[in-house]
Amino acid sequence: MLLETIKRDLLVAYRNPAEMLNPLVFFVIVISLFPLGISPMENVLRGIAPGVIWVAALLATLLSMDLIFRSDFEDGSLEQMTLTEQPLLLIVSGKIISHWLMTGLPLTLLSPLLALMLFVDKQGIEAIVLSLLLGTPILSLLGAVGASLTLGLQKGGVLIAILILPLYVPVLILATEMIKTGMRGGDYSGHMLWLAAILALSMGVAPLASSAGVKISLSH
Amino acid sequence: MLQVDNLYCERQRRVLFENLSFTVAPGQLLQIEGANGSGKTTLLKIICGLFEDYSGDVDWRLDAWPLFVSHKPGVKDQLTARENLKWLADLYQPGIQSSTIDEAIDAVGLRGLEDVLCGAMSEGQRKRVNLARLFFLTSPAWILDEPLSAIDVDGVKLLQERIGFQLNEGGMVILTSHQLLDVDHEVRHLNLSAPS
Repeated sequence: MLLETIKRDLLVAYRNPAEMLNPLVFFVIVISLFPLGISPMENVLRGIAPGVIWVAALLATLLSMDLIFRSDFEDGSLEQMTLTEQPLLLIVSGKIISHWLMTGLPLTLLSPLLALMLFVDKQGIEAIVLSLLLGTPILSLLGAVGASLTLGLQKGGVLIAILILPLYVPVLILATEMIKTGMRGGDYSGHMLWLAAILALSMGVAPLASSAGVKISLSH
Repeated sequence: MLQVDNLYCERQRRVLFENLSFTVAPGQLLQIEGANGSGKTTLLKIICGLFEDYSGDVDWRLDAWPLFVSHKPGVKDQLTARENLKWLADLYQPGIQSSTIDEAIDAVGLRGLEDVLCGAMSEGQRKRVNLARLFFLTSPAWILDEPLSAIDVDGVKLLQERIGFQLNEGGMVILTSHQLLDVDHEVRHLNLSAPS
């Protein structure tokens, strides 16, 4: 069921590419505006690169979060998913995984290019890719909880941000520290382990919480 | 067998129903009627277990899951009729042959439209895709919310025949509709507006 859900969601996204490309385009635009707005100087850009890339990734994910359940909620597919013997937990997990495959993964793959634009060296790029690889799944997992709870509202977007941003902050701090350490040539395995621990924790809790959230939203 | 006892539910500070009790046995058809806003959809949702803000007892004795067809389209615009039904099959009865699904598409009169995106279909055709599940999924109970809306005369006839088939097989059917049903079986009515 997990695989079938992922397949279905990716197919729906593929047939509707504009929605899928939105967060990516946002990510690229935000990052490419910083050199124009702040300074094209190499040392300035390198200094702000970890923060800029991560804040952009975080906002891009947040922007796309409402999509994870919204259309299924509106056309009644979500009701059907809760009314069968297939466990909702698996279906919701599948939706979170496909959300990550459509946002987090492409963001991660795109990041080296944007990092180069901000004069980040090889060590730094390595740290950026690793931090996004570990961090973006956390963003999708936690975001799904917020998205499931705000389904019943017409404009849930802002509320998701308010609900979820506090939970994103530790990830942001850890990830940017990790990149800074990497850029100094230091050892960032400690940061990585922490991020992995948060990822493991949210993998255990977020799908459960977001299935419960879906059920609550459907019963109104 | 479905047994509902002493159901009480209010929404937006308005009592939708109280002391509502009824039973539906295998092979029986229950038509729920009532004015707009009288709580027909809410009642169906309570029966399905989607809506839990009520008091009273809803007791199902079934060996498989009931099939709920809501008044929402229930089909994804970005998927074709075949893909939509394949997904439903995965949800309800994994392992159904794709030829069975094609037969159901054929049965609801959408032959040749199997691979057309549902977003490109008319309202009535989408409704037919939605109802096609009744032609290949087997369930001891059907719960249908306004199944007759948006479909044409032929479609209504087709659906009535299928409901008759389900009742003959010993299945139950609970539906909401404003139209009179023309089936060979006894239609039991539950009127929500009337004081019970």
